[in-house]
Amino acid sequence: MNKHVKNVTLEATDLSRRSFLVGTAATGLVLGYAGVPGIGEALAAPSNFEPSVWYAIAPDGLVTVTCGKADMGQHIASTMAQIVAEELGAKWSDMRVNLASNDPKFNDPVLGAQITGGSWSTMMNFDAMSRAGAAGRMALTEGAAAAMGVPASELAVRDSMIVHAKSKKQMSFADVVKSGKATKTFTPDELKAIKLKTPDQYTMIGVSVPQLDIPSKTNGTAKYGIDVMLPGMAYGAVVTPPVRFGATVKSVDDSAAKKVPGFIKAVTLDDKTQTTSGWVVAVASTYANAKKAAQALKIAYDAGPNAKVSSQSLLDEAKRLQKLEDSGQFFVKDGDPQAAFGSAAKVVEAEYTTSINIHAPMEPMNATAEFKGDILHIYSGNQFATRSGAIAAGAAGIDPKFVVMHQLWLGGGFGRRLDADMMIPAVQAAKAVGKPVKVIYTRENDMTMDFSRPLTYQKVKAGVDGDGKLVALSHDVVSAWPTARWGIPDFLTPSVDKKGPLDSFTVNGADFFYTVPNHYVRAIKNELAHNATPSGQLRSVAPGWTFWAVESMIDEIAAATNQDPAQFRIALLDGKGKNDGGAQRLRNTLLAAMGLSGYGTRQLPKGEGMGVACVSSQERATASWTACVAHVAVAPSGEVTVKKLTVATDVGTQVHPDNIRAQVEGAALWGLSLAMYEKATLKDGGIEQTNFDSYTPLRMSQMPEVAVAVIANGEKATGVGEPAVTVVAPAIGNAIFNASGARIRALPITAEAVKGAMKA
Amino acid sequence: MPTLTINGRSMSVDAANDTPLLWAIREQLQMTGTKFGCGAGLCGACTVHVNGEAVRSCQTLVGDVAGKKITTIEGLAPKGDHPLQKAWIAEQVPQCGYCQSGQIMQAASLLAKNPNPTKDEVVAHMDGNLCRCMTYSRIQKAIMRAATEMRTASASGNERRPT
Repeated sequence: MNKHVKNVTLEATDLSRRSFLVGTAATGLVLGYAGVPGIGEALAAPSNFEPSVWYAIAPDGLVTVTCGKADMGQHIASTMAQIVAEELGAKWSDMRVNLASNDPKFNDPVLGAQITGGSWSTMMNFDAMSRAGAAGRMALTEGAAAAMGVPASELAVRDSMIVHAKSKKQMSFADVVKSGKATKTFTPDELKAIKLKTPDQYTMIGVSVPQLDIPSKTNGTAKYGIDVMLPGMAYGAVVTPPVRFGATVKSVDDSAAKKVPGFIKAVTLDDKTQTTSGWVVAVASTYANAKKAAQALKIAYDAGPNAKVSSQSLLDEAKRLQKLEDSGQFFVKDGDPQAAFGSAAKVVEAEYTTSINIHAPMEPMNATAEFKGDILHIYSGNQFATRSGAIAAGAAGIDPKFVVMHQLWLGGGFGRRLDADMMIPAVQAAKAVGKPVKVIYTRENDMTMDFSRPLTYQKVKAGVDGDGKLVALSHDVVSAWPTARWGIPDFLTPSVDKKGPLDSFTVNGADFFYTVPNHYVRAIKNELAHNATPSGQLRSVAPGWTFWAVESMIDEIAAATNQDPAQFRIALLDGKGKNDGGAQRLRNTLLAAMGLSGYGTRQLPKGEGMGVACVSSQERATASWTACVAHVAVAPSGEVTVKKLTVATDVGTQVHPDNIRAQVEGAALWGLSLAMYEKATLKDGGIEQTNFDSYTPLRMSQMPEVAVAVIANGEKATGVGEPAVTVVAPAIGNAIFNASGARIRALPITAEAVKGAMKA
Repeated sequence: MPTLTINGRSMSVDAANDTPLLWAIREQLQMTGTKFGCGAGLCGACTVHVNGEAVRSCQTLVGDVAGKKITTIEGLAPKGDHPLQKAWIAEQVPQCGYCQSGQIMQAASLLAKNPNPTKDEVVAHMDGNLCRCMTYSRIQKAIMRAATEMRTASASGNERRPT
């Protein structure tokens, strides 16, 4: 398990590294933790160590929470405000949000960096934001007690008012801030000792308050990275080479571009961070002119080492690597599957694949760079400010401490904006032309240069004993390693066979909660894919493919041994040993989805079927418990209609029930889109799909009925942005088998493949 | 310099006639509510109204709309309180929000002509607008809610001016 994931439960340790500061300033009351940068010297180091602010209360009583997480539609800024407001006792209409810069004081209190992903934000910030809110309430209460001349213990706080019932005296938060009497400070121990509310005392957590960002997203006022306007700025359009990675620019002829009005310069990138290769930026007075100039540039390339690579050659290489005995590293190594296969009553083997997939957020990648004195300012909606700031610094040839990242709303992230490629053309163009430059990718740039979900190949072999019990499973996962590309050792995981670190973001999920005594999981890096198709983290990451394999194979075993696939799963989720707790929660979630969908309760018409899947996405240590029943109709032509998806998810504690439903539904539809509609292919080293005509995410007309059941049983809050992505494809695949007997093992699912499998 | 009539105001833009309307609106007029999504008329993020019709501003040239009445999300309702905008808030539709200006403009052109659309008519009218967060079911609900509100307002003689 990853080092940073292990830290999830160690809030106490983390808090002890921080001091809480409360004090009055001219602008109001500021509250926060002093953070410690934790991601390593290679990354953006703090220029100085200063106290930080999670929120401030202005003399007018408005409470502005600064959100250190990227808000890409999961409403995390609003959620942070909600958690603070619960303990602070503030009125919801007094809450405001602000997006943090890359100052390390805004680092995640558990992760020690600014990175948003993994469905981690709520679970990892819940405690810190709660304590920040509670400390503020205590400071305000003591200030009010002093001003009123009454004991603090007799005061009650609610809706931004501090009330003394006996004397009927009261002060608003605004009054206390204006009085300057809120001066309490907290040592780390005092902060740790604060007794937080118990769930029965919540008045804000669990309430679907109006999301603070939504009004601005209905009237055009929300500002995204692409909307940034700086005085005197120019625009950059990128020209990218025909291959995804590895090309170099041999020559640039700008004679035709020079005739474009407003053309300023063609800048060939010199990217020492190796994030991009062979890119040229056409800079002009407007974006329309920059695009015209980009089209007019005549560029000669050396296509580099990957010019012959295709999806097929990536798959062939994956198969070759999987067959080698000594490939890869072990992520799970329990018992001895090989020996168990020898004595098994039945052995089932299968190969599962997923295609290259593209993030394609609606806001194309963009960044605006401005050199101002010693400081490089970057304006861009980004999920990983800590690393992206360092990449921007690398592109500029300056120390990361001189980079200020200005965060904006993200027009979709889905993992794409963890990457920092857009910084490089913006920075080098701004440097070359001596003015601020906003670089905007065309959709074609965005599609063909995506840090995609990698093509994956998985080989799974299962052994069943005479009683139909699963006794052995070996699972090889071959893919590019997206996280290894970051060059941050902390994000890699030691292999259990001590063969060096592996990228657990390619195998997470394969360490499931089923009890299987002999279980191997091997992570194999497809070096060819890694180099030719630099990959990234796409919403749900590894569980998006590992559960496709695991949950399909579980169904195949059930079918091979004449067992009901749902009951077979329930038996495997016995909660023995290391699976205690999680297995039972997952079992209950599966039962909830079965109940809600009517699984097994009625005879379906011919050609229709139901399939189940259940998952512990994202990582084992950060799991939400999610199950899906898919109901499909399969035509004789092989065409599949998804009639309904029923998704149940156990999230522990609901901060915002309506948002959880929105996230789970969106995630489930992402799962459907990846299962049925999205496919990218590589040919001659380049991604063939360039726009939404050839890469085709789900549209409104393709949306089935989606039923969502949220289980909140009072356990700690888990993440909801991703897990439901991962459960849908296997549920659909299993439903297709149930409906037609066709077993599908490749994503996305096509009518041809279903028809072919029906005949087989 | 072409002169554009946008949101009831006449503005001259420093852009060649072959400039896509999208970029003139965003860069010359600095009205950034209209979004760039695909540049090919495939996603609907850049939807605006020209003489009341929903068009893709990335596929519309400045020179072709001079003298026509252009409406952007900023001008849909003076206070951002078009029934669709209110319904978008009531249904808590947006996630990332990037496509939603285009969704609202596309929906507004439907309701202006058809105050009582069926679900199938909504889907057919909205299918060209991608939402990568997949907020489609809430978009549908919000359109139905706004349609109801507009019919009620219209029945009580309180008609909105068309955009």
